[in-house]
Amino acid sequence: MTESTISAPRRGVPIWAQIIIWVFLVGLLAIVAVGLSRAQQGTVQPGQTIDNFTLPLFSGYELDGKSEVNFVDLRGKVVVINFWASWCKPCEQEAAELQAAWEEYQPTGQVVFLGVDYVDTEPEARVYLKKFGITYANGPDLATRISQYFRIKGVPETYFVDKNGVLQYVQVGPFRSIDQIRAQIDPLLK
Amino acid sequence: MGSSRITFYVLLLTLVLAGLWTGPASAQGPTPTDDEVNRIAKQLYCPVCESTPLDVCPTEACRQWRDVIRTMLAEGKSEAEIKQHFVEQYGVRVLNEPPNRLVSYLVPAVAILLGAFMLFRGFQMWMKPSITESRSEDAKPEAQPAQDPYIAKLEEELKKRK
Repeated sequence: MTESTISAPRRGVPIWAQIIIWVFLVGLLAIVAVGLSRAQQGTVQPGQTIDNFTLPLFSGYELDGKSEVNFVDLRGKVVVINFWASWCKPCEQEAAELQAAWEEYQPTGQVVFLGVDYVDTEPEARVYLKKFGITYANGPDLATRISQYFRIKGVPETYFVDKNGVLQYVQVGPFRSIDQIRAQIDPLLK
Repeated sequence: MGSSRITFYVLLLTLVLAGLWTGPASAQGPTPTDDEVNRIAKQLYCPVCESTPLDVCPTEACRQWRDVIRTMLAEGKSEAEIKQHFVEQYGVRVLNEPPNRLVSYLVPAVAILLGAFMLFRGFQMWMKPSITESRSEDAKPEAQPAQDPYIAKLEEELKKRK
């Protein structure tokens, strides 16, 4: 009599419901894990091949007459990608150095400078570009797609990509001198 | 008399021309007030500050973005157009409410219901066996001694010794 009460059939959660619940929990854990790992990853690391991205350019700041840049089209050249914003005070510290470096390397035809304007407004960006006499290609980071890809932590940040499209160096914060910029570009030209 | 009439017509013509001249400009409307700007700004978040609505954000960047809203309002742009402009420029994270509300609210609601269902079933499973087992254990002391012949014989022997 006792045994019959204990061995009464137990009706648990159906198997299909258990599967759904476990899939849901595993999915939730995966999302949290990916989020945590991305938060701790920092910027893209040297050695990584940079995927293609498109940068629309401000009028007056086109590259070879084109109003937008496809990164893959720049293979064979050293690319310096500088993230900046008009509201960023440290960006002002390096603006003159970057422009001077551009003027130095432009005649070689082997180096391209790209200014990526991060969460900014175009009128203020133009005032900034004019104020510092910047002439290299510049455009807005629409919907922050490019900065999200590079996982930038702030501005200014500058990425040096070699002729094969591989990231070689990341400068977090402003350059103090043009020599710092030369020190990264020159080895990539050899 | 004749010269005053000419003056009147000249004045009238001037007023009409002035009206025509200012016509296109008035289509843009007056400069929007801070309240009108903030009504939209409070629905947007500063893209570079952590969890700061645009209407109360004190940074230079936020001031620039509020100016953009003011300019677009003055140009006659609607609230939806302004918000869309901000999404295109800075991404969907600037919105204080997600664009796809149904999915955004439905998924957590379903997750909560699923969790509640799991808890409910879990409690049910814990409760049922413990009741049946406790009932059967309660019955043991009464039923078993009477039925067990060995215990009955033992009790009988004990009585004899007394």
